[in-house]
Amino acid sequence: MFASIDELQTALAEHSYVADRPLTTAIFLALKLNKPLLLEGEAGVGKTEIAKTLSSMLGRDLIRLQCYEGLDVNTTIYEWNYARQMLQIRMLEASGKAQDDTALSNIFGPEFLIKRPLLQAIEASTEKPPILLIDELDRADEEFEAFLLELLSDWQISIPELGTIRAAQPPTVIITSNRTREVHDALKRRCLFYWVDYPSLEKELAIVKTRLPHASERLSQQVVAFVQELRNLDLYKLPGVAETIDWATALAALEQTELSVDMVEDTLGAILKYQDDIAQVKGSTVRALLAKVTA
Amino acid sequence: MEQGYLLQHLIAFGQLLREVGIPAGPSQMVELVTALEHVDIRKREDFKAAARCILVLRRDDLPVFDTAFDFFWRNLTRSEAEEELPRNVLSTMKVKRPRQLRLPSRPSEGDPSKSREEREERINMQLSFSARETLRTKDFSQFSWEEVQAAKEMMRRFKWRIEERPTRRKRPVKLGSQFDMRRTLRRSMNNGGEMLDLAWRDVRTHQRPLVVLCDISGSMDRYSRILLHFLHTISDGLRDVETFVFGTRLTRITRQLRSRDIDDAVQAVSKQVLDWSGGTRIGDAVKEFNFKWGRRVLGRGPVVLLISDGWDRGDPKLLGREMYRLQHSCHRLIWLNPLLGSPDYKPLTVGMQAALPHIDDFLPVHNLVSLEQLGEKLSQLGKRKPERRQQPLRERL
Repeated sequence: MFASIDELQTALAEHSYVADRPLTTAIFLALKLNKPLLLEGEAGVGKTEIAKTLSSMLGRDLIRLQCYEGLDVNTTIYEWNYARQMLQIRMLEASGKAQDDTALSNIFGPEFLIKRPLLQAIEASTEKPPILLIDELDRADEEFEAFLLELLSDWQISIPELGTIRAAQPPTVIITSNRTREVHDALKRRCLFYWVDYPSLEKELAIVKTRLPHASERLSQQVVAFVQELRNLDLYKLPGVAETIDWATALAALEQTELSVDMVEDTLGAILKYQDDIAQVKGSTVRALLAKVTA
Repeated sequence: MEQGYLLQHLIAFGQLLREVGIPAGPSQMVELVTALEHVDIRKREDFKAAARCILVLRRDDLPVFDTAFDFFWRNLTRSEAEEELPRNVLSTMKVKRPRQLRLPSRPSEGDPSKSREEREERINMQLSFSARETLRTKDFSQFSWEEVQAAKEMMRRFKWRIEERPTRRKRPVKLGSQFDMRRTLRRSMNNGGEMLDLAWRDVRTHQRPLVVLCDISGSMDRYSRILLHFLHTISDGLRDVETFVFGTRLTRITRQLRSRDIDDAVQAVSKQVLDWSGGTRIGDAVKEFNFKWGRRVLGRGPVVLLISDGWDRGDPKLLGREMYRLQHSCHRLIWLNPLLGSPDYKPLTVGMQAALPHIDDFLPVHNLVSLEQLGEKLSQLGKRKPERRQQPLRERL
């Protein structure tokens, strides 16, 4: 693995992820100390992307768990394959073995188990522990958080019918949150915490250039400068880096080499996702920002 | 730096963090020491980044941490570093408080050194049944200090309950709407695989979150204190309550109200809030709420209480627009107006007029009876959202 922070930073850059020094330090420590990394930040600043990049960079599997309210054992850890179990019972009956207790209890064996993400992450091979991405934890409810707390400290899951399954080597865990609600402190204490902010002009330009090497230099620069200016406005939802990349991609696909008022207004939907915001920006604001950016 | 000194400094730094309100526990300090095996402490920025992601758990604490870090780990000569305990960083971080809550004047003969219990006892003895009845219907603005204390006591006994909402979670029940495959199959093992004994699940319900926005501007002065008590009792009695107060700006007081003791809580709030008894710009406050907090606290079908008399010095168009937005991101929007208690009040102020079309319920909040009615209302909200005007927002812009 990586001996120093610099080495990790270079490797991340090679895999098209531009990370600044503090973020690299946090990732480095997450790998070294084997602690979960909790990434908080607005939508579209590249939180999920970190897990994906780590997975491809380290050549490890990515196991993703998208959170939503009401996540339970059946959807996160395991479920029994009921259809198969019932068929098995019928087959035992047909062959007259239904009264045989051991044959019957075998229907709660490993071959009838459907493994969900968390169990997969724990059970995975010992050589290359996977990257476990728990995405948008703030969408899950407190019951799930409490359960996760247990899992993250012991790395074991008990299934009443099968016994306890322990991770030979714990997976690298990346947790993301959009902060639509506060994640509980107890869980945070088990993690390294990093707030992913909107990038600076230089960093965002580097990101766009890495992602869209073929777009014209002039266009990339103007797009990034324009978005950076937008973030200073009083908008309901500020555009994230994902939006910047989308927008630059769209403009490049339209074979633009620089921004123009008409083009910006026609494609505003790529960066602003609320009608109020679009209505506010359209017209004079676009022209003013454009004049500033192209000056 | 030698190893011995480094440890001492780390511990002192942890102490400083706790003093400025960042809860860096011992296990986190140990973690940081472990991390320093991997991070070169001579590289200041790396060390800072490492300490940051281990010791800080909240985004709001990040700027405080940065200040504390820069202060503590500035270049000191050795003797300075050994002597000085960084206390003055605390004083530099304190903010000036321009305005404090004006407390209703206490009776002059009352001895402030008397314990709270004694005072309360005296009040309880003073209150006969009929006095209690009078108190229930008396307008808050006419309350004397003693009556505030008595009302506080009565409010404390209120039982608050909000109509529950269905969650996405299921619970096992005797007989429900959904078949529980897993339990049924398990039970069938007792009958040689024959599913005779069926198991059921049903939807679990959960209390709706409550969000309160309370006006504390000059015109609400006579009600502010008693309403704060009300906010405290309701935060104490319900599970999931977020509380904000506003005049010209919005302040979140959820954490301050968590203190069990009502007087401590009110004290903490009055320290936190900077704009007691100032002007009101309801539109701006609601906008700030929508922009900064809406996404964070309006997640799970909450009930929103907005307490204000509707005297607004801001832009009525803005107020209308933001109320529309607020209404459409919550389950129920209830406006509580203390003036509504008087029979000849008509909501004619420009602000009230702008807000009215976007309110689900418009209720009085001027005496204890009105609070009881509110409690009743909250416990019977109904499962469905109230019917609302379906008007595109653009027309209002």
